[in-house]
Amino acid sequence: MTDLTTRYLGLTLGHPIVASSSPLTGSIDSLLALQEAGAAAVVLPSLFEEQVEHDSLALDHGFEVGAEFNAETYGGYFPELDDYNAGDEEYLDVLVAAKRELTIPVIASLNGTSEGGWTSYATSLQDEGADALELNIYLVAADPDATSLEVEDRYLRLVESVRSAIDIPLAVKIGPSFSSPVNMARRLAAAGADALVLFNRFYQPDIDLGTLDVSPDLVLSSPAEMRLILRWIAIMRGRIDAELAATTGVHDADGVVKLILAGADVTMMTSALLQHGPGHIATVLDGVRDWFTEREYTSLDQARGSVSQASVPDPTAFERANYMRTLLSYAPE
Amino acid sequence: MADPAHISVDGNEAAARIAHRVSEVIAIYPITPASPMGELADAWSQAGVCNVWGAVPEVIEMQSEAGAAGAVHGALQTGALTTTFTASQGLLLMIPNLYKIAGQLLASVIHVAARSVATHALSIFGDHSDVMAARQTGMAMLASGSVQEAQDLALIAHAATLRSRVPFLHFFDGFRTSHEVAKIEVVDDEVIRSMIDDDLVVAHRLRALDPDQPVLRGTAQNPDVFFQAREAANPHHLAVPDVVRAEMERFAELTGRRYDLFEYHGHPDAERVIVIMGSGAGTVCEAVDAMVAAGERVGVVTVRLYRPFDVAALVDVLPATTERIAVLDRTKEPGSAGEPLYLDVVAALAQRWTGPSPSEGAPSPVPTVIGGRYGLSSKEFTPAMVLGVFGELESESPRREVTIGIVDDVTDTSIAHDADAWHEPDSVTRAVFYGLGSDGTVGANKNSVKIIGELTPLYAQGYFVYDSKKSGSTTVSHLRFGPDPIRSAYLVQEADFVAIHHFGSFERQDLLGIAARGATLLINSPFPAGETWEHLPAEVQRTIIEKQLVAWVVDGGSVAREHGLGNRINTVLQTCFFSLSGLLPADRAAEAIKASIAKTYGKRGEIVLQRNFSAVDASVAALRRMTVPDRATSTRNRPAPVPPAAPDFVQRVTARMIEGEGDLLPVSAFPIDGTFPMGTTRWEKRSIAAEIPIWDPEICIDCARCALVCPHAAIRLKVLPEAELAGAPSSFRHRPWKDRSDPTMRAIIQVAPDDCTGCGVCVSICPAKSKEVVKHKSINMEAKADHLDVERVNFDYFLSLPEHDRSLLKLDTVKGSQMAQPLFEFSGACAGCGETPYLKLLTQQMGDRMVVANATGCSSIYGGNLPTTPWAVDAEGRGPAWANSLFEDNAEFGLGMRLALDHHEAAARHLLSELAPRVGPIAIEILENDKGDEAAIARQREQVAELREWLESNPDVLTRRLTSLAHHLIKRSVWSIGGDGWAYDIGFGGVDHVLASGRDVNILVLDTEVYSNTGGQTSKATPRAAIAKFSAGGKTTAKKDIGMIAMAYGDVYVAHIAMGANMTQTVKALTEAAAHPGPSLVIAYSPCIAHGIDMADMMGHQKMAAASGYWPLYRYDPRREAAGDHGLHLDSSKPKIPFKEFAMTEARFSMLTRANPEVADELMTLAQADIDDRWHLYEQMVEVERTARYGILEEEEDE
Repeated sequence: MTDLTTRYLGLTLGHPIVASSSPLTGSIDSLLALQEAGAAAVVLPSLFEEQVEHDSLALDHGFEVGAEFNAETYGGYFPELDDYNAGDEEYLDVLVAAKRELTIPVIASLNGTSEGGWTSYATSLQDEGADALELNIYLVAADPDATSLEVEDRYLRLVESVRSAIDIPLAVKIGPSFSSPVNMARRLAAAGADALVLFNRFYQPDIDLGTLDVSPDLVLSSPAEMRLILRWIAIMRGRIDAELAATTGVHDADGVVKLILAGADVTMMTSALLQHGPGHIATVLDGVRDWFTEREYTSLDQARGSVSQASVPDPTAFERANYMRTLLSYAPE
Repeated sequence: MADPAHISVDGNEAAARIAHRVSEVIAIYPITPASPMGELADAWSQAGVCNVWGAVPEVIEMQSEAGAAGAVHGALQTGALTTTFTASQGLLLMIPNLYKIAGQLLASVIHVAARSVATHALSIFGDHSDVMAARQTGMAMLASGSVQEAQDLALIAHAATLRSRVPFLHFFDGFRTSHEVAKIEVVDDEVIRSMIDDDLVVAHRLRALDPDQPVLRGTAQNPDVFFQAREAANPHHLAVPDVVRAEMERFAELTGRRYDLFEYHGHPDAERVIVIMGSGAGTVCEAVDAMVAAGERVGVVTVRLYRPFDVAALVDVLPATTERIAVLDRTKEPGSAGEPLYLDVVAALAQRWTGPSPSEGAPSPVPTVIGGRYGLSSKEFTPAMVLGVFGELESESPRREVTIGIVDDVTDTSIAHDADAWHEPDSVTRAVFYGLGSDGTVGANKNSVKIIGELTPLYAQGYFVYDSKKSGSTTVSHLRFGPDPIRSAYLVQEADFVAIHHFGSFERQDLLGIAARGATLLINSPFPAGETWEHLPAEVQRTIIEKQLVAWVVDGGSVAREHGLGNRINTVLQTCFFSLSGLLPADRAAEAIKASIAKTYGKRGEIVLQRNFSAVDASVAALRRMTVPDRATSTRNRPAPVPPAAPDFVQRVTARMIEGEGDLLPVSAFPIDGTFPMGTTRWEKRSIAAEIPIWDPEICIDCARCALVCPHAAIRLKVLPEAELAGAPSSFRHRPWKDRSDPTMRAIIQVAPDDCTGCGVCVSICPAKSKEVVKHKSINMEAKADHLDVERVNFDYFLSLPEHDRSLLKLDTVKGSQMAQPLFEFSGACAGCGETPYLKLLTQQMGDRMVVANATGCSSIYGGNLPTTPWAVDAEGRGPAWANSLFEDNAEFGLGMRLALDHHEAAARHLLSELAPRVGPIAIEILENDKGDEAAIARQREQVAELREWLESNPDVLTRRLTSLAHHLIKRSVWSIGGDGWAYDIGFGGVDHVLASGRDVNILVLDTEVYSNTGGQTSKATPRAAIAKFSAGGKTTAKKDIGMIAMAYGDVYVAHIAMGANMTQTVKALTEAAAHPGPSLVIAYSPCIAHGIDMADMMGHQKMAAASGYWPLYRYDPRREAAGDHGLHLDSSKPKIPFKEFAMTEARFSMLTRANPEVADELMTLAQADIDDRWHLYEQMVEVERTARYGILEEEEDE
């Protein structure tokens, strides 16, 4: 049987299938179910600094509205409670509980908005026992005055500041929208990222045709989306001094196998687990184990990157020519 | 005795802390100004704070004060140390139980923040009319005059009641003491334990009802024994003075603070003495000290134990030299020989001087005693007024009955006083801050008092004055700091520091009259320091120059906004105050402010703290000294408070109140019976909005929703022939009116720019979006400054256009109703109020024939609080006739109106029947036209006018009688209106009775699901899972389904409406309710700022409430059953979204998920089950077949 042991972020995992950030990793019950189903590790949902701030300001507004504005509304409309979760307490509570209840590694995830916020929350997550931290960076570069270099520098500064604030392993989750993703990946590694998680997907705007309102929404990934990840994992394999985690579009055993062959250290699942439930991990894991075992691989390390750009006879297959060839091979009926 | 610790608290907290520490059961009900005592007790028990015996007191909110008193009585009967807190009408509702509790010698203390009892008007402010109404109950009465005393005497009362068994009313002046924040020496647990004798506690318990040793209490007694039994308790009452004196002595030994039943202060050989009780005593002491220092022989007796009244003790403290006494009562007892304290003093002196056992050595003759009324409803009582009273005593013939603090030019009771005759001592620093209700000024100043109190040896006092508007309200904070305890129970007279936190305030009132010469002036100005001067009105400039004020300017708004604090400029201005006042070194002040911010806001999250901290750091740097020229340069004076077109009463009286000069109005200015003219809000142009809605006619789809939802009647719709608009100003906008066959008709949507509060509800509801830029709607919020001049002209022109002929309007439609003139306009309700759109709509549909009984609450405050009121009249002078009785009786109040109107109508019809042969055909027409719809009423008016002509030309006994009743031949629509606190709780018994009466009374419940007016306490309308005061852990029980209860009667029209969810249903329901000839109950969902939502989207919240099934829409019409149909129609569809999705958009629900996620989850699940269950029940109800009771009733009546 193939040894599926995987190293990721300094952690020894039983296999390369990690449950990524999702509502499933947000409660102890479903975290336990994921562990039961065989997840190698879990990444908690992102602690959103913006959400924390929003909640905090909303709470403040709730207390202040109507406070002392009238002789009869003494002290506002809401009773002072002993304890309000106005900051990151709820998230930290889940983290602490996860660390207490689970035997598999727990990776915390953070999405900040301010430099101070990134580092202070990162420190909190480390202090509460996270085995590693994933920075979930998603900046919509909408400012026409900001050059691509400036945007990239913001990423790098963030990683450097967090890296200097914490000791636990650090993964950086980014999107694909860089002019030179490989160069960016290399710079992120140099800034202190132990791993890169490729790629994140967030709410995208939609338009309600009834009201003409813009309504951000999240749709689950499809297996086809895995191709984008596959390409960049394959290209980066061996060129970046950081581990590579593949996320988005990982739905089945074939996908996991392909990503490992392309060079991923671990693969992360979200949508498929939301669709099929935590038990789907066991199914995928069985498939992965069977595939490698049937082909007599001794370990995953043997297979990892064996079909990366550097390892294939035609490296351009992962580049633009790939597109060209696809067009040429297209045979209309 | 160790140095005592100091705390800065208000009187309510000082008393409540003691009460909570020595109680086991606390039954409460909210009433201003006592509510905070109950709220604090509840919050402490929620937080697990124990009494001195280590147990958490049981706190329960009751349905009324009568209920609270009943629960207190029950808890006492079963042996618990029990207390409650109340005021005013609340105390009156407790009186029946007070007799019982006292009659049965049940040791207990009721703490009262004494407040005016409603008479010709309601007033939430302080005087002794409530406690004086309870003086005959047998309760002992102990009066505190300061925050320190509120704490100390609270404990003495609890100790004395256990020892004497006589229950106590411990009272202090509402607002003046209950809401004054002061630095006091705190009583610690050791003192409390030493004062409360555990043996007496055990004895109290042993007297409890106990099945193991049963007794019977509360018998009915006959003439043979009642009298004797009533006298049997005499020894206990007689012992009270000695018991109290002993407890005061013990307290003095423990704390060093000494009290007595009556305390004399002043010249040892005084000739003139004032006797007074409550906070005014401190003021008299101040004046007496100054007069004695000036060589005058005056003194003051402070009454502490008022009941039992210890005659000997009073006489003993009076100097033997006393010749003349003025007894000052903070109450009025019309028709009596004098006010209560006066009578007690007179009787005491009579007993001691002329009674069977005259006091040995008592001087002869008996001193002359006069009685004076002062301070009613927190009317100011100042040392200058005290000088006036002593002046009256010194006059040749002092008047027996006087008033002080007012000008009584009707019965000439008042004593004149010279306000300039008194100057506050230099040792006290005095600061006054003019703020807005929404800017946090009061909160920051309370913290400043605490900072000074805690970090310096100075004593500190803060008192806060609010106006009665709920939007755009102003606050005035009066702060004093000095080396000695501050006894000044009156507003600052001369301020060393004046801060104007809102630049616009200069336009409304004289703010600098209070400034002392050379005082520091801090102006929060949107203009740079160099330009601020030129924006000040001329009067302000002149005062600054004349008084040589040292003026500073800070753009607090910009600093606050830059640091993410929005309009909350409090932190910035507080920091500037400390910087300018020099009360603390700058760095220490900043540190203290931040510590105070951390304490106040700490639980709300880091971002809140950081924003405030950074504002503190930036504030002083933004402070600039304003250069003051040698002379005033402005040519602009402060605008007149009301326009010249305002009627005489508004000019003479209302305008003075608006200007803050109501104190100066004489008695003759006022109506004798509390009757006021209608529609005065239209003259008070508050202009509080920064942005106002501007109409773009190009996009408008003529839906009229903006006008319907406007809570302030500040958006109006008219549809007129184009020819009518010939004289329109060029800026006047109008558009073709769709859906009408006449192409010449033009629609106008017009904003009232000075009356709009800028709430944004209209923009939020507007469905018409530009095809080019969707954010541009048919109505958009735009900077008022850019439109004010033009829209003023437009609105004036709009008002000059004719109103629609009501008989041609379809008033049961949205558009039709909005073309009718609103007769409820420009109220001072909160911006975006969820209640007022219903009231406005109601007046559009039937305002010209409504009689309104309005329960006390938000709607009676924004509806009836002076200076200006929103209930208005149409061009014919008709409009809703409005009255407020009480909180608890409003349904009955409305029923009484109905009975009288029905009687009048019946009498008129009877007379008309008798006269019919003489009157002719019109009489029969009138008698046959008994409908209440718009067309019938229009015809009735014509018929009655015709009848009147005949009556006038045929005068005799019968026709004169019919003349006085003829207007009752026009149908009246009676509406009992109020909030859920009234309908679900305190007034439910009456509501139920009216629903059961079969009479044509319409009950409109403006259901905010919480006691909104008193600050957000739980009612039985509060839903499960919401947090509110008294439900800090989330309400665990479901909301009462009052609609279902009403439907059970079978002849009551019931509608459950939410304007934002279904406007058509709302509009129809109100007209159907009015048309139903029996009782109607309309329960209107009314979003409130107590829900913790953005009020601009309050209609959206209503939509979600209905979509989730949280607020199902239905109408139950017994007439349908009478016609063989099903009575109940569901007007909303099956719930489409989960409750949680709706709930998480409102802080009242979402806060619980932050405070206690597990409990929140559990309660949310139960709340969803409530919704599912109710919907399932209603679906079944729709199919239910009932015997039509409505029909039966009609048949019975026909028989």
